[in-house]
Amino acid sequence: MKELEYPFDGEWILSKKKSIKKQLLQENGPFLQKKIAVLGGSTTSNICALLDLFLLNEGIQAKFYESEYAQYYADAMFDNPELVEFQPDLIFIHTSNVNVKRYPTIRDSAAEIEDKLTQTYQEFEGMWEHLYETYHCPIIQNNMEPPAYRLLGNYDCVDLHGRVSFLNRLNERFAEYARAHSYLHLHDIAYLSAVIGLDRFSDPFYWHMYKYAVGVPVMADFCYSLSHIIKAIYGKNKKAFVLDLDNTLWGGIVGDDGPENLEVGQETSMGQAYDAFQTYLKSHKDIGILLNVSSKNEESNALAGLNHRDCVLKPDDFMVIKANWDPKNMNTLAIAEELNLGADSFVFVDDNPAEREIISSTIKGISVPEISTVDKYIREIDRHGYFEVLKLSNDDLSRNDMYKANLQRAQTVKNFADYGQYLASLEMKAIIKPFEPLYMARIAQLTNKSNQFNLTTKRYSQTELEEAAQSRFTFYGKLADKFGDNGVVTVAIGKPEGDTLHMELWLMSCRVLKRDMELALLDAIVHRCLSKGLKKIRGYYYPTAKNAMVKNFYGDLGFTKLSEDPEGNSVWELFLSEGYENKNKYINVMEEEA
Amino acid sequence: MTREEAYQKLNKVFQEVFDDDEITVGDATTAKDIEDWDSLEHINLIVAVEKCFGIKFNIGEVTSMKKVGDMVDLILAKTA
Repeated sequence: MKELEYPFDGEWILSKKKSIKKQLLQENGPFLQKKIAVLGGSTTSNICALLDLFLLNEGIQAKFYESEYAQYYADAMFDNPELVEFQPDLIFIHTSNVNVKRYPTIRDSAAEIEDKLTQTYQEFEGMWEHLYETYHCPIIQNNMEPPAYRLLGNYDCVDLHGRVSFLNRLNERFAEYARAHSYLHLHDIAYLSAVIGLDRFSDPFYWHMYKYAVGVPVMADFCYSLSHIIKAIYGKNKKAFVLDLDNTLWGGIVGDDGPENLEVGQETSMGQAYDAFQTYLKSHKDIGILLNVSSKNEESNALAGLNHRDCVLKPDDFMVIKANWDPKNMNTLAIAEELNLGADSFVFVDDNPAEREIISSTIKGISVPEISTVDKYIREIDRHGYFEVLKLSNDDLSRNDMYKANLQRAQTVKNFADYGQYLASLEMKAIIKPFEPLYMARIAQLTNKSNQFNLTTKRYSQTELEEAAQSRFTFYGKLADKFGDNGVVTVAIGKPEGDTLHMELWLMSCRVLKRDMELALLDAIVHRCLSKGLKKIRGYYYPTAKNAMVKNFYGDLGFTKLSEDPEGNSVWELFLSEGYENKNKYINVMEEEA
Repeated sequence: MTREEAYQKLNKVFQEVFDDDEITVGDATTAKDIEDWDSLEHINLIVAVEKCFGIKFNIGEVTSMKKVGDMVDLILAKTA
C-alpha cells in the first residue's frame, strides 16, 4: 500500500489505522503469522497498532504481547507467566533515554561514571541473555536517542560527565554486544531521531501527558523503521534493482543528446548529483544487491552512455541490461526470470511517473519508490530500508560474481546438444556436510528467504538451527564449478524417529536449479541414514503461493506418495536398501574443501 | 469558522479515529459516550484534531477539556 511507504503522512495513518488495517487484511494475504512481544519502558499501545500495519503491508500478521506500563525489566527477568505462555517468535525491547536511571552528575569521579555506565549496560545485557536463554528468539533493542538537553552545551559530548557522552558510550557498548551476538538486533533510534529531528522525536508534551517517549505524530516513522528489521528477519528484503538510464542515472537523453553531452561526473552540479547517485547504487553490489537496467533506448546508445568516461557504473556492473522498446514491465519480468528471482524482490527506479505506474500496477509486490529530482534520489530510496542488513556474510560480497557466472552458464548451455554433456562440462564440485558454525549465518539466511525450491517453507532462527545441528540430521551443500563458487546453496534437516528420517526441511537456492545438486543431496541423506541403521525416508510437501515447482519433487526422486489432503499437503516415503545406487552422476562430492 | 462548521469537521475526525460513520458529537459529549474512547485513544484523537484544524493544544488545555464543547471552544479561539 503506497500510503504506508516513505514518504508517508504519519498522522494520517494514525487517524485511519482501523480502516487501513481492514483494507490490508483484505488485500495482502496470505500472511506469515508471528508472535511479537513488546516490552516497553514507556507507553507502547500506538507502537503495536502502527507496527501491525507496516508488518501487514510486508505480508506479516503479528499477534502482540504488550507488557504492562514500563514493566520491561520485570517481564524480561522474572518470567511473567503470561509472556511464557505467549511463546514469542520475536521480542522488542522498547526503551529509550527516559529509562536510564544512573546518569552521571557533575560531582562524580571518572571511576564513578564508569561504574554507572557498566551498571546501566549490564542491566540490558542481563535482560538480553535471560530472554534469549528462555525464548531462543531474535531480540530487537532500541539504542538510545540523544538527551533532551545539554547541561554542558557542546562540551556535553566531550566531557565524561555529559549525558551526550554517556549515552554515546552506552550505544557503543550495545553495538559491541550486537556485533558478537547475532540474535540481538539494534534499532538505531539515535540515527532515526536525527532524521526526524530530536525536538519532534522526543516531544516532552507526549511524555508528560501520556508517557510516550516517542512523539505520537512521529510514531509511524518509528514503527516503519522498526518494521524494516522485522521484515528482514523474516526474509522479506529486496534483492535487486531495475534501473532506468536517461534522467535516472545521468542527466539528459543519450539517444538525442549524444553520450558526450550527458550530465554526469564532476564538471557540473547536476553531474555531481548523478555521480553521487551512481556511487550509492554501485556500493550496493558489496552487500550482494544485483543491479540491472531497463531502458527505452537502442542498446548501442545505452552502452555508449554507460561507457561514458565519467560514469561510475560501467556495463560490467550490471547483471542484465535490457535496452529496447518493449514495455518495461515485460523487461522487468524477463530480468527476474533470467536471474531466477521473484519479481517481488526488485526495486524499480525510474524518473518517469508513467513508467512507475505501469510497473506498480502490473507487478504485485515489486517496490517502486517515488523519486523526484536527482539530489533527492538517494534519500528517497534509502529511507525505505529495502535491503536492511542483519549480518554481513561473505556470500554477500561475492553474490554479484555468482550471478554473473550463472548467466555465463546459461550462455554455455546453448552450445551443447545434450544436457548431460553440458553438466559434465561444468566440472562441478560439491561439499555436503552437517551444519558447521562457520556457515550458520548463511544457512539461516538461505533458510529464511528461499521460497520456490522449498518443500516445507519452515523458517528457523539461527538458534533453532544450532539446536537442530545437535538433535537432527542436518545437511548443508556448497557447489562450485568452472565458472565460480556458488557458496552454500542447499539445506536440509531430517528428524530421526525409529527407523525413519522425517524431512522437516529441504530447500535449495534457485540459482543452482537443474544442476543435479538435489540428487547429490539425496545420495548424502541416504548414506547418512544407512550408516545410522535407518530404513526409510519420509518427505513432506506443504504448498505455498510460491513453491509449486517442487510439488512432485519427492515423486521425481522415486518416493511413493502415502497421502495428500484437500489443501495439497502430501507425504512421501522412500525405502532404503544397502544396494542403493547414487543418483548424482555429474557432481564430484568431496569430503573437504579443496 | 462557525461552531456548526467546526462540528462538521470534528464529526469526521471522530468518525475516522473511532472507525464508526454513525458517530456525531455535541457540546455535552464526553468519553463515556463513545465506546472506544479511552485514555490511549484520547491522545490519538487530540493529534487528529490538531492536524485537521492546523492547531496545537498545550498541556493545560488538554488536561482542562472535560467535554467536546470545551474542545470546540478552544478550536474556535485558536482558529479565530
